[in-house]
Amino acid sequence: MARNTTSTGPTTGPGTGPGKPGTATAGAGRAKPRRRRRVGRGLQYLALSGYLVFLAFPLVWLLSTSFKPPRELVQLHPTLIPESPTLSNFVQAFTEQELGRAAWNSIQVSLASALLTVLIATPASYALARFKTRLGTVALGWVLLSQLFPFVLLIIPIFLVLRQAGLANTHAGLVLIYVVWALPFALWMLQGFVRNIPRELEEAASVDGANRLQTLRRVIFPLLTPGLVATALFAFISAWNEFFFALVLIKTPELATLPVALARFVGIEGTARLGPLAAGSLLATIPSLVFFAVMQRRLASGSLAGAVKG
Amino acid sequence: MTTLAERPDVDRTGPGNRSRRRRSDRTTVYLLLLPSLLPVLVLSVFPLLRGIYLGFTDARAGRNVEVSFTGLANYRELLGDSLFWSSFRIGLLWAFAVTVLQFLLALGLALLLDQRLRFRGVARVLAVVPWAMPPVVVGILWRLVYHPDAGLLNEFLYRIGADGLRTTWLGDFNTALPAVIIVGVWAGMPQTTVVLLAGLQGVPRELHEAAAMDGASAWQRFRNVTLPSLMPVIVAITSLDFIWNFNSFGLVYVLTAGGPGGRTMLPMLFAYEEAFRYGNYGYAAALGNVMVVIVVALLAVYLRRRLREAN
Repeated sequence: MARNTTSTGPTTGPGTGPGKPGTATAGAGRAKPRRRRRVGRGLQYLALSGYLVFLAFPLVWLLSTSFKPPRELVQLHPTLIPESPTLSNFVQAFTEQELGRAAWNSIQVSLASALLTVLIATPASYALARFKTRLGTVALGWVLLSQLFPFVLLIIPIFLVLRQAGLANTHAGLVLIYVVWALPFALWMLQGFVRNIPRELEEAASVDGANRLQTLRRVIFPLLTPGLVATALFAFISAWNEFFFALVLIKTPELATLPVALARFVGIEGTARLGPLAAGSLLATIPSLVFFAVMQRRLASGSLAGAVKG
Repeated sequence: MTTLAERPDVDRTGPGNRSRRRRSDRTTVYLLLLPSLLPVLVLSVFPLLRGIYLGFTDARAGRNVEVSFTGLANYRELLGDSLFWSSFRIGLLWAFAVTVLQFLLALGLALLLDQRLRFRGVARVLAVVPWAMPPVVVGILWRLVYHPDAGLLNEFLYRIGADGLRTTWLGDFNTALPAVIIVGVWAGMPQTTVVLLAGLQGVPRELHEAAAMDGASAWQRFRNVTLPSLMPVIVAITSLDFIWNFNSFGLVYVLTAGGPGGRTMLPMLFAYEEAFRYGNYGYAAALGNVMVVIVVALLAVYLRRRLREAN
């Protein structure tokens, strides 16, 4: 963003000024390049509006469908804006047995995954950040390597392991999988946060007579809170969005998580049920939207760009 | 305040003391790492190795089925399986098309967002939203867009008078795969855009200015300044995108479940059906192994060529 603030040369206004720094001085006062630049600007806006349409219209359609009464969903030529908007789809999505219960299941599983991930990742990330071990490199390598393998390879043995432990078809089993799945990245992220806490603070505390546990609790923990929140959010969202493991590992419909219930809803959809389906989908997106809103600056800097795959 | 003055004292411990301390450090490290290491070993490393092994056996669903090592039998069967070949062709087509389109569109958007344009803020937010949506929801969203009666696309075609083009996008043999590819691009573009934008902002501005002084045109500057400095980022993100796309599952499962007539049967969907509809665990695992080998081979070729170009 910093580079955008430094255009030299005469600018005619905030929106129409030359974007590429440097071109301004070269073309100032000469008519031809300026006209060409104006044409270029126009083309840029044309392209940008193309992108906006492509990105936004499907979203607008979801929004619009979720507010449409059944009559408008079956009408021959649907409109972009609902003619008589209604909240009944949301009410229906909530009270509809499967979706309401599935949402509650998802909340439980995601919360448990987030808490457990933070709980076991925190000590490990401290160790990785403060002591030299080869395990740090190994953990990072595992993050990259695990991307490479399709889930089919993992799922069958995982299923067998969980069955042996009596955890197949339970939320506990699902939580364990999600924790393991979120862990490599959570470790990588969290140890970065630990590294940012100056070592001198710990040394000072120990000189002042604090033992290691006290140092951790009084010095490290408070400073690490943003990192812990970020890690918990990341684990929560990965669990919340996850579909494949939940589809395969949970057989009892009453235990299904929200993505699985929504996918099942799709299978039996008629035109009339599109409304509640859209409303349910919209509600299922809210936690991720909150996450992205909170993390936006970090995401924009690219440091977490590998975090959440689509 | 006390740190600087007293730190030397801390270090002035005897050699024996120090090594004892180091040993206790190592124990601490292992104790701290153990809670993380154990679940990863049991539920990630072990299943992976076991899964690779399963690909060389005749494992099947069921409780008391005896599993025996069959060597390359699964792979011989795969070679003769026409469904596998068609699924594989579709998978490669999907992965290449989505990755390339995703990259080109994302690069364009990133370049635009890097400019001083109006509505850039809106575009930045919108560009991230699809990324924030669960894959299942993205699938549902686009089913609504492609819906033959209540869908946005058909209605749009009607309004502009192109009524003849209306079709059941996801149910038609010819349009299903392209339609699904567009969804893949839509869903994956945000992440690529964000990464490329971060890369663009890291391109040193002095280079641009120097090139402009020398009279380089915008295209020349893009070609000779922006692109080379962006190359590492491009290689990294396209590689990752390709892996993710090739292994993707949820999106297409919701959109078409592989249909119509297997026209969108990606390898992951094919393996899923083999494993959990027909119970052929060994065969499905073999398919997974082949997928890994193919992806690694393609990436190796790609990365090697890029490296050679860089030198």
